[in-house]
Amino acid sequence: MTTTTDTLVPFDEVLERYDPALGLEVHVELNTATKMFCGCPTEFGAEPNTQVCPTCLGLPGAMPVVNGKAVEAAIRIGLALNCDIAEWCRFARKNYFYPDMPKNFQTSQYDEPICFDGFMDVPVETGDGETQVFRVGIERAHMEEDTGKSTHVGGATGRIHGADYSLVDYNRAGIPLIEIVTRPITGAGEMAPAVARAYVAQLRDLIVALGVSDARMEQGSIRADVNLSLAPKGSGVLGTRTETKNVNSLRSVERAVRYEMSRHAGVLDGGERVLQETRHWHEDTGVTTSGREKSDAEDYRYFPEPDLVPVAPSREWVEELRATLPENPTQKRARLQQEWGFSDLEMRDTVGAGALDLVVQTVEAGASPQTARKWWLGELARRANDTETAIDALGVTPADVAAVQALVDEGTINDKLARKVFEGLYAGEGTPAEIVEKRGLAVVSDEGALSAAVDNAIAANPAVADKIRDGKVAAAGALIGAVMKEMRGQADAGRVRELILEKLS
Amino acid sequence: MAEITRDEVAHLADLARIDLDDAELDHLAPQLSVILESVASIRGVADDDVPPTSHPVPLTNVFREDVVQPCLTAEQALSGAPAKEDGRFSVPRILGDEQ
Amino acid sequence: MTELIRRTAAELAAALAAGETTSVELTQAHLDRIAAVDGDRDSGVHAFLHVDADGALAQAAASDERRRDGEPLDVLDGVPIAVKDVLVTNGLPTTCGSRILEGWVPPYDATVVRRLKAAGLPILGKTNMDEFAMGSSTEHSAYGPTRNPWDLGRIPGGSGGGSAAAVAAYEAPLAIGTDTGGSIRQPGAVTGTVGVKPTYGGVSRYGLVALANSLDQAGPVTRTVMDAALLQELIGGHDPLDSTSVDQPVPALVDAARQGASGDLTGVRVGVVTEMSGDGWQPGVMARFQESVDLMVRAGAEVVEVSCPHFVHALAAYYLILPAEASSNLAKFDAMRYGLRVVPEGNPSAEEVMKATRDAGFGDEVKRRIILGTYALSSGYYDAYYGQAQKVRTLISRDFAAAFERVDVLVSPTAPTTAFKLGEKLDDPLAMYLNDLATIPANLSGVPGISVPAGLANEDGLPVGLQVLAPALADDRCYRVGAALETVLASQWGGPLLDKAPALDGGDR
Repeated sequence: MTTTTDTLVPFDEVLERYDPALGLEVHVELNTATKMFCGCPTEFGAEPNTQVCPTCLGLPGAMPVVNGKAVEAAIRIGLALNCDIAEWCRFARKNYFYPDMPKNFQTSQYDEPICFDGFMDVPVETGDGETQVFRVGIERAHMEEDTGKSTHVGGATGRIHGADYSLVDYNRAGIPLIEIVTRPITGAGEMAPAVARAYVAQLRDLIVALGVSDARMEQGSIRADVNLSLAPKGSGVLGTRTETKNVNSLRSVERAVRYEMSRHAGVLDGGERVLQETRHWHEDTGVTTSGREKSDAEDYRYFPEPDLVPVAPSREWVEELRATLPENPTQKRARLQQEWGFSDLEMRDTVGAGALDLVVQTVEAGASPQTARKWWLGELARRANDTETAIDALGVTPADVAAVQALVDEGTINDKLARKVFEGLYAGEGTPAEIVEKRGLAVVSDEGALSAAVDNAIAANPAVADKIRDGKVAAAGALIGAVMKEMRGQADAGRVRELILEKLS
Repeated sequence: MAEITRDEVAHLADLARIDLDDAELDHLAPQLSVILESVASIRGVADDDVPPTSHPVPLTNVFREDVVQPCLTAEQALSGAPAKEDGRFSVPRILGDEQ
Repeated sequence: MTELIRRTAAELAAALAAGETTSVELTQAHLDRIAAVDGDRDSGVHAFLHVDADGALAQAAASDERRRDGEPLDVLDGVPIAVKDVLVTNGLPTTCGSRILEGWVPPYDATVVRRLKAAGLPILGKTNMDEFAMGSSTEHSAYGPTRNPWDLGRIPGGSGGGSAAAVAAYEAPLAIGTDTGGSIRQPGAVTGTVGVKPTYGGVSRYGLVALANSLDQAGPVTRTVMDAALLQELIGGHDPLDSTSVDQPVPALVDAARQGASGDLTGVRVGVVTEMSGDGWQPGVMARFQESVDLMVRAGAEVVEVSCPHFVHALAAYYLILPAEASSNLAKFDAMRYGLRVVPEGNPSAEEVMKATRDAGFGDEVKRRIILGTYALSSGYYDAYYGQAQKVRTLISRDFAAAFERVDVLVSPTAPTTAFKLGEKLDDPLAMYLNDLATIPANLSGVPGISVPAGLANEDGLPVGLQVLAPALADDRCYRVGAALETVLASQWGGPLLDKAPALDGGDR
């Protein structure tokens, strides 16, 4: 556990005296088949040091060659963020020593990023149920490579501090990264933590829509660094910032901003000056601790990578890639809401449950938007919650849901039986039609059996039957229930109702 | 004029991770000053409008297909390692930050 | 046997093709010669850091089998070769002349090495060099200097002194060198041999342990221009593993060498670079150079003087760009993954181990250049030094472009002096750097150059080299002019210059 002795100012008080300025640096690990500069595979979880070659292991003599697919992904991300795409840019070496970096320099981009000057419009819910759109400026998005991974051995905690030695696996070294850097976000005030979270969430959605990354924060394929500074309220200047590293969940992004705001205010209120430094976020305790101080000693000695030639994307190529961009998520939501006729609340719930694309695909497979929403946000969301499974990992596809609904629509099953079909799907028993068959779930349409059951129900409930004969049709419900009970649910309730009314008219 | 002090050499050696002792600093610092003085003549030779050359042969857009190539085996990868354990490179304790 | 080792590679190839000898026979002959004259760090030529007798003989036997089956892989199949220890060789130690890589056995081959193996050339061993190719004398090798076969008290040039001395001492008919500022051409000049720096990107750098990536180029080290042409055609050409490799066919170098061997230079326009003469140029060197120029005129060349005004800044630009790139390249030698690890007392951190290892593993010249490069790249100095150097590079390329509008090739002495005595400039870095004055501009601009023997200087009887420079991708011009000069000079001398070299102890002459 990491504890802190920082003086923290309550959040509301921070806002009385200071204006926050935010900045976010997000690293996206691309899902290319091979690494940034060599043909080694990028699969997660391989045996250590089995996905390495002379290039990504930094062996003397080896040379890099750029993965064209990664450049393509970088340009598509840039275009989706409304960036300009450089007509000519170079890779650069960022020189510093670290054991998990095989060459002791990172091949990155410096003053010539491939994408620059973009923005993303981020809708953020305000406390009163309204939505406010923040335009987040994108300073740049550039290409670089990941480092290896160290395991720290010995010491009490398994952390880096106090370890006796470390073991390094270079499988991750050289995996392509795109680093996306925002301009300072000012004027968010009390919304700053929520804006930070919403930006990262929307960026993640965009990356998913582009299909360029697995975008799994918990696996580290999206990693956020949070820059924060405070300035005296209304002063309009930028204060000294800290950079909080590796904030790896949406919730943590929000918490880290909140924490740093409170901590900075504590430092400033005490008449001290904020150190420009790297901070570490501790997920378990929700605090940041001091890393290394950024000083003049940190001199990365960037220079153009001489082993790689410049990247000069033709305008034709850029336009071809622009044509492959998916719809902007905000516009897409507005369009779908209109097409589907959902209320704001219905739409918000659908997005919030992570079911938007599932509903889209279910509708494409033939279900109506409302029935698609009903299943995904009802039965399936419940199941996901109960089993702590992602909603898209339940073993039920949008096509399955549409098929179940079709069975309901044609009267083969009813909603109650449909839930049993879903149980069959969870258990992997086959297609919805096969499950209906195997489990014998079809509604009984043998008119003889049904008619006998209706007669039994009328005979058993003479008082109810009389009411219906007197025209109180609503009373039919009680008889329907009795029939359904006798039929063990496997009857079409509509047909039962018809029969009852026929017999009692 | 270009002069490089002993302290500066010590700082640069630190940046470059070379543990120079006093005798080496005494020996190298004046030599570096001489070299630096001779290369300092370059300042002001080229005007602002001269573009820098980073690559002698002007190629652009040299890309590789995103196709997996054979890797080294872990045994080959670790064959030169001064120390290894469990298929990993064993390195002394790391000071500083978790990256 | 003696006769065999004195033949050119082209002659050996012909003898193999005619069945007059076998690869095993001539590989063994060269191994015997190495055993006789190479000695060790204290005596003899010491051109080799590692001799792979078993491997070379096995490759030779395989070559002979192919010849028997009538399926040679290349015209040079079976002709043995030596490789500078800066190119990685799968299963053979590669040290780059540095303590920090002592005992390292790479798990892969450089592209050049792969092409040599694919063509069936037995690899005799790895040749000595200045540590990480930093130097002009091979004295900066951590394993002791190579000595000049013309005078064992003198330097063989550098950084590729081992490769040049090996061919000059008949220890190998062919060798591979690398040239960052003259490391093929200057050793060629001071040992009376031929050395070629191809156009940048003409030969793959994959597996060449980088000194300065934007300047490095591998090339042939031989005794004749024709042998160099055969070798460059073999190792040259596009390599997808080197992003800076030029994706164009290798020019017809053997044809150019054959054309030049007629001794006729009619219609060839030759420029003499004004800036490559004057103070600091040894009179005997200039005399031989002038004599060669006169011979070229007699052979039909049209000779004019050409000024390249920015060449005077080449040395300064070079000694900023090279250390900058080198300081970054050599960062990988940190005791974590391969090579030397020095563990200081106590419970040292990774950082302390890196520092101690790099202090113990690098020699003085390497440390000087790493620190200089670190300085040149530092944020406060980048524009004034590295940035300026890159601009000067542009100006030098413009000088070349202007010159090549007027002439087909440029010529100069390869080095300002003949071979100096071992130890003479060892602790005077600046004096050492001046050796590369004439060769550096070609590296900065990426153009090709050849050094061919131009005779012996009167004052010391030591070899002088003449350099021919051509526009990028026109390596064939170097071969044509070099071969022509070789022909007219040989007829004047009555044989190759190397015939005048003294016999070596342990050798038959």
